[in-house]
Amino acid sequence: MPKDHGIGASPKRREDLRFLTGSGRYTDDINLRGQAYVHFLRSDMAHGKINGINTRMAEEMPGVIRIFTGADFEGIGGLPCGWQVTDKHGQPMQEPGHPVLAQGKVRHVGDPIAAVVAESREQARDAAEAIEVDIEELPAVIDMKAALEDGAALVHDDLTSNLCYDWGFVEENKAAVEEAFQKAAHVTTLELVNNRLIANPMEPRVAVGDYDRADDESTLYTTSQNPHVIRLLMGAFVLGIPEHKLRVVAPDVGGGFGTKIFHYAEEAFCTFAAKQINRPVKWTASRSEAFISDAHGRDHVTKIQLALDADNNFTALRTDTYANMGAYLSTFAPSVPTWLHGTLMAGNYKTPLVYVNVKAVFTNTVPVDAYRGAGRPEATFQLERVIDKAALELGVDPIALRRQNFITEFPYATPVAVEYDTGDYHATMDKLEEIADLKGFAARRAESETRGRLRGLGINCYIEACGIAPSNLVGQLGARAGLYESATVRVNATGGLVVMTGSHSHGQGHETSFPQVIAEMIGIDESMVEIVHGDTSKVPMGMGTYGSRSLAVGGSAMVRATEKIIKKAKKIAAHLMEASEADIELKDGQFSVAGTDKSVAWGDVTLAAYVPHNYPLDEIEPGLEETAFYDPANFTYPSGAYACEVEVDPATGKVTIERFSAADDFGNIINPMIVTGQVHGGIGQGIGQALLEGAVYDENGQLLSASYMDYAMPRASDVPFYTVDHSCQTPCTHNPLGVKGCGEAGAIGSPPAVVNAVVDALRSAGKDITHIDMPLSPARVWAAMNG
Amino acid sequence: MYEFEFVKPTTLADAIAALGAEEAQALGGGQTLIPTMKQRLAAPAVLVSLTGIEEMKGVSIGDGIITIGGATPHAVVAEAVAGAYPALAALAGNIGDPAVRNRGTIGGSLANNDPSACYPAAALASGATVVTSNREIAADDYFQGMFTTALEDGEIVTAVRFPVPEVASYRKFEQPASRFALVGVFVAKYPEGVRVAVTGASEEGVFRWTEAEAALSVEFSPDALEGLNVSPEGMIGDLHGTAEYRAHLVKVMTKRAVAACIG
Repeated sequence: MPKDHGIGASPKRREDLRFLTGSGRYTDDINLRGQAYVHFLRSDMAHGKINGINTRMAEEMPGVIRIFTGADFEGIGGLPCGWQVTDKHGQPMQEPGHPVLAQGKVRHVGDPIAAVVAESREQARDAAEAIEVDIEELPAVIDMKAALEDGAALVHDDLTSNLCYDWGFVEENKAAVEEAFQKAAHVTTLELVNNRLIANPMEPRVAVGDYDRADDESTLYTTSQNPHVIRLLMGAFVLGIPEHKLRVVAPDVGGGFGTKIFHYAEEAFCTFAAKQINRPVKWTASRSEAFISDAHGRDHVTKIQLALDADNNFTALRTDTYANMGAYLSTFAPSVPTWLHGTLMAGNYKTPLVYVNVKAVFTNTVPVDAYRGAGRPEATFQLERVIDKAALELGVDPIALRRQNFITEFPYATPVAVEYDTGDYHATMDKLEEIADLKGFAARRAESETRGRLRGLGINCYIEACGIAPSNLVGQLGARAGLYESATVRVNATGGLVVMTGSHSHGQGHETSFPQVIAEMIGIDESMVEIVHGDTSKVPMGMGTYGSRSLAVGGSAMVRATEKIIKKAKKIAAHLMEASEADIELKDGQFSVAGTDKSVAWGDVTLAAYVPHNYPLDEIEPGLEETAFYDPANFTYPSGAYACEVEVDPATGKVTIERFSAADDFGNIINPMIVTGQVHGGIGQGIGQALLEGAVYDENGQLLSASYMDYAMPRASDVPFYTVDHSCQTPCTHNPLGVKGCGEAGAIGSPPAVVNAVVDALRSAGKDITHIDMPLSPARVWAAMNG
Repeated sequence: MYEFEFVKPTTLADAIAALGAEEAQALGGGQTLIPTMKQRLAAPAVLVSLTGIEEMKGVSIGDGIITIGGATPHAVVAEAVAGAYPALAALAGNIGDPAVRNRGTIGGSLANNDPSACYPAAALASGATVVTSNREIAADDYFQGMFTTALEDGEIVTAVRFPVPEVASYRKFEQPASRFALVGVFVAKYPEGVRVAVTGASEEGVFRWTEAEAALSVEFSPDALEGLNVSPEGMIGDLHGTAEYRAHLVKVMTKRAVAACIG
């Protein structure tokens, strides 16, 4: 019997009632009295020198309250970057300024030049058209390799080049890696592109700034995954507002996928302008605006080489990657191709020597930052593709080649600075072979061939580092923040609980799964627990939601706080029952004295805490409220094995996904239904990257895929019914729940499976194809077949 | 969107009069014009909605001819001609999404003549007659290149008459993002011969593939197309496919349409 309650049960998501009935409260639903609207005049040029901005005519337009330009922000901080990477020579990365409104130059299509605040949205937009901008067009830097050539135009004139950093990891391994390649029996080389993506959450970004002159307090309502991080970055680094005078609220958020982690110019602008004009200022992005102002994802160009000995053991791995930063450094951007990417290059394999080189490059494109998986999909894709290519070259079974090289003993210290605590890669591969019915593939391929279709099978493994992140470690790595999480658990007099968590929920189902944990710990019904998040005035300082960290880090903080609550409640219960605290047991919401029939209910104890007539006041304080900050000892390491079966129409090149199976190890699981949903969504995004999505710039820096007419998002009909299993569980050893995280796995694990499958399908028709770059559009597949 | 005046006449005469105003623009279902206006790429002073004119709505079937009012939405066509002209019904039922099909009209689609739209292929392959507020135009004369038609300023597509073929099929290869036709081929077989119209492929908009028509009129089978090839010259090349790819798809989709016809 599956559980209907507590950890391991799958109650329906309580938040869905409001999400599915139109009762959610999103940032755009917030309208304040006297609110004005801002429209940003954005550059339509990728690179140019601003010679002048004339706002005189625009200021006379109806409804205009005030027009701001870069000049209004001189002396005010720029948008900060939260990570610093040290290059292979020990030097800090080149870190350009990132003004709120362009100063001196525009650096990408979409760069904000001026902001018109008016009584209505349309008036603001009308006036923006009347602003005269004199911009002298400069050569656009688009291609990363060209950007690093001598004589390339500089995106930032005050930097020495367009190179942000040249990172070597682990630099000390480099010579040994070279030597291993010299001795290798076989070397497989693969060059590939990890395509640039645009996250496209259903809800575009919105910001509402408000200012209370009486209290000198600013409030920002924003579409964010981490309101405290925005408060810290914007308050301390941009606007100079101390935390006690700045409140940031991220209410219901309609999808983030990473792109709502970062601190954006529009947030700082609305907060700043509200104070300047002493009225609330609102901005709602249009979808077109989102395409050119939301941080993009991925965009790596990589050459990867795998060395093997005569017995097909992996002996060394080296990679050279160009990573696009775009025109400015977004909040987490430098960490993505380095610490979230290089550290994963060992994958599931005991390759003893790894060297990763990453050149991060400035270009005249929208800034690039974390997108679901962030660095780990890029690592997984290249590693799992090069292994498949090696299997082809050596004529061996790709599953056998992987199994032969699996890490089997844990904990395992990789040559890329991280230590995996637990895992069982053979177990997930065994499970995959079963659920994907790999034995039946030959018959399915034969059936496809009768219909003139080429069928291919692609499998791959993945590992990711989640539960971001141990502060000690990331501090050494260059993070300018600690990545702990906080929780306050407040017990009310009648026994209900409110959990104030720094983990923001924007689709992950925390309001359902977090109460399951507390219900299990105390033995009460989940309906007695309420989750509060997303408001810096209600919740202790927390770091927010990204990197599959909510349960592993935020959940752990909640457990720690609840443990404190239980400890205190037991003291109270011991007093009420005149027993020793050591003899008190808590089960099913009842405190009892071991070995007796004495008991008091949870509600009796909580009432005593707030109505302390019979209470050990000289020993403990009244009340029942505890806070905990939890900083993980290590990352968590979910892993899994995925299989994709595709059909290719050889006449058109069109790929359809026929079957997709995923065997994941997420450690312990709180709500299996929510985990399944997270995996489904992740695989959908991975299939989107593999088959459909791709942001494309022309040589002048115009975004060609700037709307849904040209940027293909995956739709329900593009994906199959998935077979998902998460019964393989090797619990995390260093967090109290033994959980690992599941939010990004699908997006990390699925693209290589799709590409491996398509290559397999084409080879079944005798095509000597070893790689096609994503997205595998019909045109690309057809061109590869007919090249 | 800029400010504009909106009128919704209930008779054709009133609509014609309204379109006489300076910077007036006819509005069908608005599936192209409204997004264009929202992007501020079009700024008509007066929008004249045609969807309130009863005489321009609905479908009548008789005597081998289907007449569809210019203001009839795709979803209505899909249902109304399912028995009489299944290929046309299937085409109409696969334009855009349900919202588009319930707002977009056949007259709007033909007046706009998007090079990747579906309806122009059906009209041209069927040898349809475009009935306007002041004349009748044969499909062969009506389509004059990308977003260009024989319509004059203020002229309204009031109805489209389709002769019902013996058999027909439309095969659309969808552009992955927009799901417009990357290449769409409509094949219709009439007693006088076979007509083949191609949308999505050419820089000149919808066109007839006359070599295929001649071959299929002799032998109506996919094999009849074996020796034919479409030149990539003049084909559209973009993010989603080169001119060569589109030229190749024209043949593939034509063969598939014929195969579907003889099923």
